Amino acid sequence: MPRYFVDRLSRHTVSIFGIAAFLILVLIALFILKDSLPALKEVGLIDILFGAKWYPSHGSFGILTMLAGSVVTTLLALAIAVPLALGCAIFLAEVAPPRVRSITRPAVELLVGIPSVVYGLVGMIVLCPFIARLSGTGSGSSVLAAAIVLAIMVLPTITSISEDNLRAVPVHYKEGAFALGATHWQTIYHVLLPAARRGITAAVILGTGRAIGETMAMIMVIGNSPIFPTSIFGPARTLTGNIAVEIASATGIHESALFVTGLVLFILIMLINGIGLIAYRRRV
Amino acid sequence: MIKLSPKLMQKIAWGFTWAAGIISVLILVLIIGYVLAKGLPVISLEFLLTSPEGGLSGEGGIFSCIVATLWLIAITMAILIPLGIGAAIYLAEYAPDSKFTRLIRYSVDLLAGVPSIVFGLFGFAVFVMALHLSYSILAGALTLVCLLLPFLVRSAEEAIRTVPQEQREAALSLGATRWQTIVHVIMPAALPGIITGIILCVGGAVAESACLYVTMGGSAAMPTSLLSGGRTLAVHVFYLAMETNALDKALATGAVLIILIFIINLSTRWLSQRLQAKMSGGT
Repeated sequence: MPRYFVDRLSRHTVSIFGIAAFLILVLIALFILKDSLPALKEVGLIDILFGAKWYPSHGSFGILTMLAGSVVTTLLALAIAVPLALGCAIFLAEVAPPRVRSITRPAVELLVGIPSVVYGLVGMIVLCPFIARLSGTGSGSSVLAAAIVLAIMVLPTITSISEDNLRAVPVHYKEGAFALGATHWQTIYHVLLPAARRGITAAVILGTGRAIGETMAMIMVIGNSPIFPTSIFGPARTLTGNIAVEIASATGIHESALFVTGLVLFILIMLINGIGLIAYRRRV
Repeated sequence: MIKLSPKLMQKIAWGFTWAAGIISVLILVLIIGYVLAKGLPVISLEFLLTSPEGGLSGEGGIFSCIVATLWLIAITMAILIPLGIGAAIYLAEYAPDSKFTRLIRYSVDLLAGVPSIVFGLFGFAVFVMALHLSYSILAGALTLVCLLLPFLVRSAEEAIRTVPQEQREAALSLGATRWQTIVHVIMPAALPGIITGIILCVGGAVAESACLYVTMGGSAAMPTSLLSGGRTLAVHVFYLAMETNALDKALATGAVLIILIFIINLSTRWLSQRLQAKMSGGT
């Protein structure tokens, strides 16, 4: 019977497709590791991870400055974005009149889809000159500019997921708090936020991953000097920027060192998202 | 410390949340408004229909970038759609509740979090170098398939799962095979949700830049085949901003991108509203 043949053939085909995601993840890890090996052998993991000098032409391949650049800009961006996003999520879920919400929510969703180069471009044209005037030195391409652009980019992600989680809190929790005489704000603060805690944490972790992984917009506003981010008005370089800026012209150990940069980035993201996933899925 | 009355506390909190909401919308309006206000006047038919010349002052328009973007989307979707929907069918309809299935689900979630530039490195190592595709639209498309796969799998699986169990049982009891049930009953019912997912992936492809920057090479010339390099509109914005002083043209290209994203966003909204109307209408 041909239709049973089709049935079996299709099942096997989709089974193979089904493991594609798993396969791609493993292949990414393997290929990046494989191309990292020459630099890891030649330079050594410690010298790459904790080396403060990145001079490819002199054989120095330390990525500590870039690691610091990525972490500092991400933390600064979160410090700006998280309070704003939480406020916005509470506003959308509990405070906003329906008509205001019907404008704000699609607006926030639209922000998610805008290409990162557009954010980078506006940051470069508007924000950097402003920061240059504020600090009085340099071109304004700086850690601060990068952090603000990143904050704007992760804001919609954190807002919309937090809002969804606030809305998912069962309505009788709220009714219970009201029945005890709590004000609306007391209910939000003492009942809704703790109940949605796990989802909000997941939203922040997702935003963190986005921020660390952002590439083109960072290159456009951070100045890309491989130095420690000692001042928020000074330039720095991120791990992502290091790869994108240099991969086309790199060869040999230099190219391999860029794969190590990617490997560090990959492991960092896997750790952040892995912890996030486990924290989110537990006891749900 | 002064103890504030609950009422006053609420007033302060309301002020803060209103401010947060207004600031967020303001940021959106300012960014989009700025790009459209500065970019739209530069756009003309000539700008859209001439190719960039690749010079330092950014002469020319964006025609070859539009062509490269369309080629990229076409090839990406031709591979992504069967692969993503197939994987979603497997996960929703066939996958046993086992450790391995859980591992696959974790992979989908983790893959969705991998940064674009890491996909770029992977694509560079595998498609550009190992498979000798060199910097090309094909290498970019294959990389993009890997990047977008988890998003399509997730939305398609969710769409398939919302199809009521009774419909499956009815089809099976009529003697249909499992695959016939999937093709003739489940897929038509899940189609609007799947199409929404596909459109979102097209939006992702339009917005993507980092992984394409390192796999497509960024040639401004008109692509002649799948193996020629190229730059998408988003990558073109980056080149204009970093390597030329034609910021007005960068803004114009940015305006084109925003309009595209706008159209994509509106069409998914329209589709999901139609879907909801159909569902609440009782089928």
